[in-house]
Amino acid sequence: MIYFLQQSLNAIQLGSIYALIALGYSLVYGILRLFNFAHADIFMAGAFVGLFAAVNLHFGFLPSLGLGMLGAAALAVLVEQLAYRPLRKAPKVSMLITALACGLVIEHLVLIKNPYPQYVPSLVPNYLWTVGGVSFSSLQLLIIGISLVLMLALDWQSRHTLLGLAQRAIANNSQELTLIGVPLNRVIMYTFALSGALAGAAGVMYSQSYPVIDPYMGVSLGWKAFVSAVVGGIGNIRGAMLGGFILGGFEIYMVAFFPSSYRDFAAFSLLVLFLIFRPRGLFGRMAVDKV
Amino acid sequence: MKKIIALLSIFVIGISLYACQKPEDKNQIKIGAIVELTGSIPAVGASSRNAAEMAVKQVNEQGGILVNGQKMPVKLIVVDNAAQADQSAAAAQKLITSDKVVAIVGPNASLGAIPASEVAEAAKTVLITPWSTNPKATLDAQTGQPKHYVFRACFTDPFEGKVLSRFAYDQMKYRRAAVLYDVGSEAPTSQALLFKQDFEKRGGKIVAFETYSTNDKDFSAQLTKIKASNPDVIFLPAYYNDVPLVAQQAKRLGITTPLLGSDAWSSPELIKLSNGAVEGYYFANHYSPDAKTPATMKFVADYQQLYGQKPDDVAALTYDAFQVLFQAIAEAGNLDRQAIRDSIVNMPELEGVTGKIKYNPNSGDPVKSAVIMQIKDNQFTWVANESP
Repeated sequence: MIYFLQQSLNAIQLGSIYALIALGYSLVYGILRLFNFAHADIFMAGAFVGLFAAVNLHFGFLPSLGLGMLGAAALAVLVEQLAYRPLRKAPKVSMLITALACGLVIEHLVLIKNPYPQYVPSLVPNYLWTVGGVSFSSLQLLIIGISLVLMLALDWQSRHTLLGLAQRAIANNSQELTLIGVPLNRVIMYTFALSGALAGAAGVMYSQSYPVIDPYMGVSLGWKAFVSAVVGGIGNIRGAMLGGFILGGFEIYMVAFFPSSYRDFAAFSLLVLFLIFRPRGLFGRMAVDKV
Repeated sequence: MKKIIALLSIFVIGISLYACQKPEDKNQIKIGAIVELTGSIPAVGASSRNAAEMAVKQVNEQGGILVNGQKMPVKLIVVDNAAQADQSAAAAQKLITSDKVVAIVGPNASLGAIPASEVAEAAKTVLITPWSTNPKATLDAQTGQPKHYVFRACFTDPFEGKVLSRFAYDQMKYRRAAVLYDVGSEAPTSQALLFKQDFEKRGGKIVAFETYSTNDKDFSAQLTKIKASNPDVIFLPAYYNDVPLVAQQAKRLGITTPLLGSDAWSSPELIKLSNGAVEGYYFANHYSPDAKTPATMKFVADYQQLYGQKPDDVAALTYDAFQVLFQAIAEAGNLDRQAIRDSIVNMPELEGVTGKIKYNPNSGDPVKSAVIMQIKDNQFTWVANESP
């Protein structure tokens, strides 16, 4: 039982990181029908901005987190303005390929500056508690707490603000919305900023709990978050969060009770199974493609 | 017509430039080095290149090597393989066919050394890998027999797995061992398997045998599982970029069991990235910069003067690989690839930086010694020598 609880804590921590990144995929997919594959590298860039804040500016945890979110949001907006906006009328596949390319560009830009894996100094005082045989750390609680706050804030935002209303409206039909005065470009820009900020937060927190970072850190994590978004129903905010926790739990329990080499095989099999049997995910609506 | 003339003249200019280069090449001994400058282990590649450049610089300062009755300088051609298998094979192919090198040193990681060695073997060109401890590097994939043109400057995984298991069982009196390794990486995988084999043969118990995939950062599930199995020691044959993550996550899960490492731990980056989490742990290594042999002391002093840092094992082994090659070329007295190969296997014992090196006619693996190191006060400290 203790073992199960300990593994569950591991699962929640991993799941909250997946969920934060998955939200970014879902938000952007919701308004642009685009799998923003540059998102994983925006997450990575966020981690490096956090590192810069901690090492060069001697920031504490929260200011570093803030700067990481800001930096990643700015980068996400920049990518949208420079790379996606000119292609908005082009076939979807052009934008998809551009997204992949943007990811690689970001990766290699960071690589030029940081060819070596970097150590991220710990910004959170490290306390370790053991309650009934289950160990948990201050950092773990902080990561889970901040992730939940961000997710709840985003959920609230999407239901109770004008921006959220506009996002959901665009998700339904972007063709005629400009006619009734929805500033399409501005909504898209805000959405990218939001997705970037969440990725940045995930990046900074991730680099605190896994404190050796390199420019390729986003690659495999990005795929996992993408799987989470698909499992939850891409385009759906609550779905993305739930998907993150499902995948985190799935991976951790897989290792906990089976040979650990099945981990990634299981994670990606989940994607394949969902694509075959429930392509719209747990929460997604049937996509009506008007061809 | 004008276009054709223009094209022709470009062609002619190209040919003449190419021809101009030729005679210069004739008086050089070209040696290729395949190193991991980019990719997942750039510190390994940088050390290897530094040592290679230093070895070549030193031999050229003495006027080069006597070949065909004439002293020729050595020309080093460094190629990056990005720590990738396919790029290693391509790099070997390029060095042999287009640069026409007489021999190749590298790649260092087994992942790249194995495919590159297949190319070198097929082209009958000597390849010495400084750091690849995987048995497959010097063995033919089809027949399981030793390759004829592939050598290594280091010891092999079976030997290292055995040294570590003997150390854990006899010296440290550990009886319950857990193993955690990267299933996607050649050397750690074979070290883990051979450690398990030998530890069980000695009467120890492997209580957990867990894996992860390359680029994984989250080991919480595996470590929780290992913690529940209650081991005396955790064997972690992992590269220096994974070790700090495992060590710090283990601490955060309340694990106090010591880790035991392989030669892949030996980069100074390990200590920088770990922030004290690996203090007190042991690992096996190819050499210690503190060893008091004349060859080691001279090498360490020269390297430190040139690059301002202590050479790690990759640097030392790369340097030794070049010494083997230089001596082989000098003894062959010509640049025939077959003659160079023959003179390596017939060479008398060489006093290298990493200890005495001697090859057998039927194996690319040298007979040499290993050392056990401990991380003490954020320094690699020599503990014991383990003979073959």
